[in-house]
Amino acid sequence: MTLDNEQIERYSRQILLREVGGKGQEKLLASRVLLVGAGGLGSPAALYLAAAGVGTLGLIDGDRVDRTNLQRQIAHFTPDIGTPKVESAAAKLAALNPGVKIETYTEHATADNILEIAGRYDFVIDGTDNFSAKFLINDACYFAERPFSHAGILRFDGQLLTVLPGRTACYRCLFGGPPPAGAVPSCSQAGVLGSMAGVIGCLQATEALKCLLGAGELLTDRMLIFEALALRFREVKLRRNPRCPLCGENPTITTLVEADPVVCDLREARR
Amino acid sequence: MQITVNGKSVQTREGITVTELLVEQKVKTPEYVSVELNGEILDRETFPATVVPDGATVEFLYFMGGGAR
Repeated sequence: MTLDNEQIERYSRQILLREVGGKGQEKLLASRVLLVGAGGLGSPAALYLAAAGVGTLGLIDGDRVDRTNLQRQIAHFTPDIGTPKVESAAAKLAALNPGVKIETYTEHATADNILEIAGRYDFVIDGTDNFSAKFLINDACYFAERPFSHAGILRFDGQLLTVLPGRTACYRCLFGGPPPAGAVPSCSQAGVLGSMAGVIGCLQATEALKCLLGAGELLTDRMLIFEALALRFREVKLRRNPRCPLCGENPTITTLVEADPVVCDLREARR
Repeated sequence: MQITVNGKSVQTREGITVTELLVEQKVKTPEYVSVELNGEILDRETFPATVVPDGATVEFLYFMGGGAR
């Protein structure tokens, strides 16, 4: 692939970067990134990846745009209410950069579809809102051997971790398994400042671009904690957990299964 | 004794266990918090018996959802 004049002009500000250059830009144009969730985190991440000229973006989300989304999910506009999020987001991305191919999946990520879909991409961005999905993505990326960016936001806080499955600490190394449904507050219960999604979603896009370019150091084996009220970024050093049920020495998770919150509740009750 | 909890310097008593520290720090859902003590993620079952040493660095890691919905 060689860049045409229009591409050279469009991407000139990042082609100037030594870590990108013409070669890096060609690499980005040949790359594929999957965004699981086209909401708060997925919106800014997808917009910046499209702007940067990542050649193919996959969007998977089964939801439709709701008025309550508009406070933070910046790929969706007021006239989009009621439209599937992947369609709404795809339209904005196409308008921003017609040179990017958008692949849409109007469904939620499940144990039946995510492994195969993730396997078609070079990098996965977890922009989901619930823990069974977050563990599902962690596990699917492990089995599909795909690097991914985990992120979460709540109230004025955010967290971020990049995982190179089998090589660096994964989400299960830290948390084991999902909490029972309702045990931990969600954004719809506890609230979230909209710009948190922008800060953290943009960092996810940055990690994806670095990974695709092979530039710099990824946020692996360290979790970034963002506390907006104090405006402070902290880093917690991590390492792979030998007792991790997925990537540890004696794994108990050997196939992709979606966590059933009811089962978790029962297990808790038996304790 | 002096320890560091989530980046902040905290004064606490000697011999305090991880379970007791979670209570003292008013962690709301201690059963769903992961704890890293001096760089090591602890098994939940060991919280009651694990004593926090002087000068320790403790991180409470919370489940954080957010994103799509």
